[in-house]
Amino acid sequence: MASVCFYFQVHQPTRLRHYTVFDSQHDYFDDHKNAAICKKVANKCYLPANRLLLKLIKKYKGKFKISYSITGTLLEQFEQFAPEVLSTFHALAQTGCVEFLGETYYHSLSFLYSREEFLEQVKMHSDMMNSLFGLKPRVFRNTELIYNNDLAAFIESTDQFDAIISEGADRILGYRSPNFVYTPQGCNRLKLLLKNYSLSDDIAFRFSNQQWEQWPLTADKFVRWLNRVNGNGYVVNLFMDYETFGEHQWENTGIFDFLNHLPEYTLQHPDNDFKTPSEVIDAYDSVGTIDVPHLISWADTERDLTAWIGNPMQSSALHEIYRLEKKIKSSKDKKLISDWRKLQTSDHFYYMCTKYFDDGDVHKYFNPYDSPYDSYINYMNVLDNLKKRHKKLHENTACLA
Amino acid sequence: MKIFMLGWEFPPFISGGLGTACYGLTKAISQLGTEVVFVLPKMIDHQDSTHVKLLSPSSLSHSFTYHQVEEIKNVKIKTIDSPLQPYLTPQQYSKKIEEIIHKKRFFTGEVSYNDVNKDNAHYSGDMFTEVRRYAVVAAELATKEDFDIIHAHDWMTYPAAMAVASITGKPLVVHIHSTEFDRSGEHVNQPIYDIERKGFHAAEKVIAVSYFTRNTVTSRYSIDGDKVEVVHNGIDRSLNSDSNVNWALKHTGIEKEEKIVLFLGRITMQKGPEYFLRAAKKVLDVYDNVKFVMAGSGDLMHQSVEMAVNLGIGSKVLFTGFLRGDDVQRIYKMADLFVMPSVSEPFGIVPLEALNNDVPVIISKQSGVSEVLTHVLKVDFWDVDEIANKVVAVLKYPSLKISLQNHGNFEASKLTWKNSATKCVEIYKQLLCGAYC
Repeated sequence: MASVCFYFQVHQPTRLRHYTVFDSQHDYFDDHKNAAICKKVANKCYLPANRLLLKLIKKYKGKFKISYSITGTLLEQFEQFAPEVLSTFHALAQTGCVEFLGETYYHSLSFLYSREEFLEQVKMHSDMMNSLFGLKPRVFRNTELIYNNDLAAFIESTDQFDAIISEGADRILGYRSPNFVYTPQGCNRLKLLLKNYSLSDDIAFRFSNQQWEQWPLTADKFVRWLNRVNGNGYVVNLFMDYETFGEHQWENTGIFDFLNHLPEYTLQHPDNDFKTPSEVIDAYDSVGTIDVPHLISWADTERDLTAWIGNPMQSSALHEIYRLEKKIKSSKDKKLISDWRKLQTSDHFYYMCTKYFDDGDVHKYFNPYDSPYDSYINYMNVLDNLKKRHKKLHENTACLA
Repeated sequence: MKIFMLGWEFPPFISGGLGTACYGLTKAISQLGTEVVFVLPKMIDHQDSTHVKLLSPSSLSHSFTYHQVEEIKNVKIKTIDSPLQPYLTPQQYSKKIEEIIHKKRFFTGEVSYNDVNKDNAHYSGDMFTEVRRYAVVAAELATKEDFDIIHAHDWMTYPAAMAVASITGKPLVVHIHSTEFDRSGEHVNQPIYDIERKGFHAAEKVIAVSYFTRNTVTSRYSIDGDKVEVVHNGIDRSLNSDSNVNWALKHTGIEKEEKIVLFLGRITMQKGPEYFLRAAKKVLDVYDNVKFVMAGSGDLMHQSVEMAVNLGIGSKVLFTGFLRGDDVQRIYKMADLFVMPSVSEPFGIVPLEALNNDVPVIISKQSGVSEVLTHVLKVDFWDVDEIANKVVAVLKYPSLKISLQNHGNFEASKLTWKNSATKCVEIYKQLLCGAYC
């Protein structure tokens, strides 16, 4: 049996506007740019992909299934700038063939810096999924698939999730295959699903690469590779950014045609099916434990955290934002807390990455800055103003008391 | 292969990047095994000629001498006695000649103009005439040399290079380090522009120090883009900072814990001193613990001093005058940040030197060097708010400074003169191949 398990990451950060040391306003975010990007990606990706997938789900009458993880920062932007995207997600949710995963509302790195903040953001996200789609997430994915044993144990201890998702990195799997269900080291109940990065990246990264010897990739060719899993595994986890469809791979590469024909060819093989992550863990037992003492992620070839916390600017910015947690929360000022949280989105730190900067490469996707240094300066200026705001609030309340 | 190179005096006896570039490039070309006859203007009574070994001055004609610089093999240096210096305007040149005559008078007592004139018979009081005279002497010199290619640096040497080319028929390469538009904005000196234009048209290849300059050459001088190659400058790491150099803070008025933001270069319109000062004013509005040092001299020096006073930041800005040698190293040691707000900078070697000395840099986007540096802060020269914003950030956030230092230093280390020389030699080969193959 080979089950195909799709999970699409749907995320955009709330980008900051140009903010200098001379600015003192509290409007940190670039509504204009965020709206423009949100609408552009909605038209190129979210809307056409949602419509196509909805069509496919209806066509295959319950046999084609997918899952999403949508961040709070993007959902807020949909509400503001592209409400029609929300209604298509709503329609997808009602088919019963779509699962929504849990994650931190702000696509943050909070697990690494504050467990308390992490839990609050996970709960915020679950609540939002419940209220928007009437579905409470059972499976958790951490920002950028950042993962280790501690995260799995912590997630299990919350009693909110039955499984967790991560990268099927070679160095954690060794000779083993990502095409099985595992148990994280130190967990009893929680199951672990690992991304089949080879097959996932064939779609997400290599699809339009004409230098690739397998180009052009057609649905029937891809399904032939899927079929080889029959007999050597239960599940093929195809995890990727949703923007793969129409944005990373433009429509003229044939990516939507590929997606359109994938269920047809997949279901031709009698042993194949589509499952959501929850169905996968209900259907298959764990075949062993996976030990991940060190942090991994799905980024770059290193699959490590250096894209977010690899240089002194990134660590200083991260330490600074989380150092403010107690103060900001004690203010009980909703706007202040929400601004502080939006500043935790991992993208802000990704923009500060100096790795590969001279090569000018993948890290450029909708990066609003010319250089990592510019992004750090902008971020720190905003943070500085946030601190001043808190101080002022604090002084005012002290006066009133 | 042998190159007849018309260039400028080597460091430390130079007033800007042109000498540094000539030295770095010539040394690297010679290290690639290409022979160079290097011809430069130099006044005979120059007192600072200790770095070159005078081999046999008397054996040669009165108007040029023969030197050998010890550290560069394959290079024969020939100096032509002339007061020409790069970056001089015709007015400055005339003033300088007057000063020379005045000095002679001072040393020799009352002399008639005729006596002086006899003594300096070969100097012309007019810069353009001197440039032409230089061309005649250079052409005479060229007839005594054997070479394959002529390579000339900036407009003052172009008439000489064209003369040599027409006499010998050898292919001509002109190198452009700075155009009249960079130096004078839109108020170009027409005769200089004409000489530059003639040089570009006469040459078989034009080498521009950046795409920025290549663009000026093609759009302002109507030169076919195919003819213009870009060879970025480099940096000579062997001239690295001497760790024993200690800066004494005495007499500077700078407190030990005070930060230092540095401007280093000629204080002229081209270098944007005005924007440096306006940004300084903005910085001081929000950050007090800092001094701004302007190292260099130039025609806007007095204006800049006045401007600092008028902005009310006179006590926060220090003017050091022109620095050379160890003093440059000292100022780099002190500096927390180097700012180059150039209005129009064909290349800009100074940021590379600053990075080489572990000083982070802010450079104007209107510079050639910004094409080859990524680990620096870039600004539009006119965007004073943004310059100030970035200055404050570097002073305030140590992790920003450290990242810029480490990555910037490493990036600068990859920009070697060997790369530039290799590209030049390729251009030579193509030209020779075109001529003989």
